[in-house]
Amino acid sequence: MKVKEQQQILFKSRQIENIGELDVYAQHGGYEGLKRALAMKPDDLIELVKASGLRGRGGAGFPTGMKWSFVPKTPGKPKYLCVNCDESEPGTCKDRELVEEQPHQLIEGIAICCWAVGIETAFLYIRGEMLEGYLALRKAIDEAYKAGFLGKSVMKSGYKLDIVLHRGAGAYICGEESALLSSLEGGRGFPRLKPPFPAISGLYACPTVINNVETLSTLPHILVNGAEWYAGFGTEKSKGTRIFCLSGHVKKPGNYEMELTSTMRDLIFGCGGGILEDKELKAIIPGGASAPMLTREHLDVGLDFESIAAAGSMAGSGAVVVMHQDTCMVGAILRIMEFFEEESCGKCTPCREGTRWMRDVLIRIHSGHGQKSDLDLLLSVCGNLAGKSFCPLGDASTSCVTSGLRYFKDEFEHLVEHKKSKYSLGAYDPRLVAAHH
Amino acid sequence: MSLLTPALQDEIRQMMARYPKPRSAILGALHRVQEELGWLSPEAQAEVAALFDMPAGEVDSLVTFYYMYFRKPMGRYVIKVCRSISCYLRGSDQLRCHLQDKLGIQRGETTADGMFSLVEGECLAACDGAPAVQINDRFVENVTSEMLDGLLEELRKGSSRFPAWPEPCKP
Ligand SMILES: Cc1cc2nc3c(=O)[nH]c(=O)nc-3n(C[C@H](O)[C@H](O)[C@H](O)COP(=O)(O)O)c2cc1C
Ligand code: FES
Repeated sequence: MKVKEQQQILFKSRQIENIGELDVYAQHGGYEGLKRALAMKPDDLIELVKASGLRGRGGAGFPTGMKWSFVPKTPGKPKYLCVNCDESEPGTCKDRELVEEQPHQLIEGIAICCWAVGIETAFLYIRGEMLEGYLALRKAIDEAYKAGFLGKSVMKSGYKLDIVLHRGAGAYICGEESALLSSLEGGRGFPRLKPPFPAISGLYACPTVINNVETLSTLPHILVNGAEWYAGFGTEKSKGTRIFCLSGHVKKPGNYEMELTSTMRDLIFGCGGGILEDKELKAIIPGGASAPMLTREHLDVGLDFESIAAAGSMAGSGAVVVMHQDTCMVGAILRIMEFFEEESCGKCTPCREGTRWMRDVLIRIHSGHGQKSDLDLLLSVCGNLAGKSFCPLGDASTSCVTSGLRYFKDEFEHLVEHKKSKYSLGAYDPRLVAAHH
Repeated sequence: MSLLTPALQDEIRQMMARYPKPRSAILGALHRVQEELGWLSPEAQAEVAALFDMPAGEVDSLVTFYYMYFRKPMGRYVIKVCRSISCYLRGSDQLRCHLQDKLGIQRGETTADGMFSLVEGECLAACDGAPAVQINDRFVENVTSEMLDGLLEELRKGSSRFPAWPEPCKP
């Protein structure tokens, strides 16, 4: 299959050497978007972003301009932006590339957002494990201060903006926006009850915008080329392009920016070059480990939010994980469940206990000690967890099980009956069970 | 005698000043202390708690919640093998077992000479370079067993690509 000519927006400058440096970034049109933004009234800027149709790239797909418009204009206290660079959804690796390779694109986007919402301090929460991204950002932020793109008077406009770079310390849950706030305030990363929503009462009980790295990195391009231009790409409800993180059993894994009119087939067979060793495709996780799995029947599903939802899954973080014919699906599902069990923050009982229980049952089946009733037991635990946990992590943990039993029930049944997997990749091996259990 | 040098204490106070509420600097402070001392001993934690004017138990509760903090002395090189789905599909378990055999240690352990610790991590955001490994928080991608053998050799000699953790302070 031929690779479709792809519209590149965020990755337009990807090949330019040293684009992470301010001079090079500026030579290639960098900070032009911010200049245009500062010439606009903040309210008009919010309208522009609304008109572009840009939706959040962190997972939920919430319209960005609308999110900003919920923040009170004159709350009588400071307003904050928290940039979500906690990227830890299994399969997702785009924000890391964006901060390591193109940090100024993000900084420019941050400044545009802050001007629109009337924010003078942005906190950039970067996952602790991304030491190299942290160092790249620290250097870029220093450069931006020195050149007057940040600080007391942004581009001599009199507008003051500070970015505080903040390192996390290892916990998946801190990517959930309210847990991120708890962590940023110096506590355990526990999620908070909503309402109040962060737009009203977020960081330090002040109005707060939380946006993903990719979302913010898109803004300079919308400013330079216009809302209509951006809205000209994609589908009616999913505008623009998106970066998909393609991994697993494909020939060419990678981050690929694609217009949202593309399909799963364009991504996996076009960009990804097809399945490793030309094997048969078996399963696709379309939006990170939290998203229900799909199968090779779904290759013609569009990559936009609505099409993936209509197929019974979710676009989530844009991480597409591919598995081929030799994969033991029970083994793969167990591995995903081990992640959720490990990362459940422990605050609420349904999630803490439910993930542990499902993991134990999956180990039982995988190791050849399962019973037929275990399949119903798994579904019943899912039923008692989905919608009943404090935050969406609990729901997310059930996706792999419910979709796995929908499409690959025969593999579970085969394991129960014959005690042994038919598949070579991920068959039970006692050395491979997680150590922390 | 204080474990935290006056310079480090100053640095932490400056970090606190960057936030509307000083407590927000605690994760960063713990990172810095760990970088200097190699791990977060109860004594070190107590000194951080005093700087932040908070009970030592609260610092301990953070140190246990966040995976990156070491609660025991570690090797000079901490090798973290990703075990999440994309790396799993590309053979990360086999890599980890190879390291166990080569180093003669299990997951979570440190070699007797204090050189290497082997740990597992969850998705490191390097899934397009699976299987991925971090050595002292620096990435190595598309890793093979042969590459690991070469890396262990390189690290034994001292490597500029992977700065070593300090000799851990005495427990
Ligand atoms: C368990 C969990 C983990 C999440 N992890 C991330 C993450 O690592 N990065 C991110 O941007 N959003 C993450 N999100 C989504 C955030 O809560 C939030 O919706 C997002 O940062 C908003 O930004 P956006 O509107 O630009 O997408 C996570 C959500 C949940 C429930
Ligand atoms: S699954 Fe290993 S880096 Fe993402």
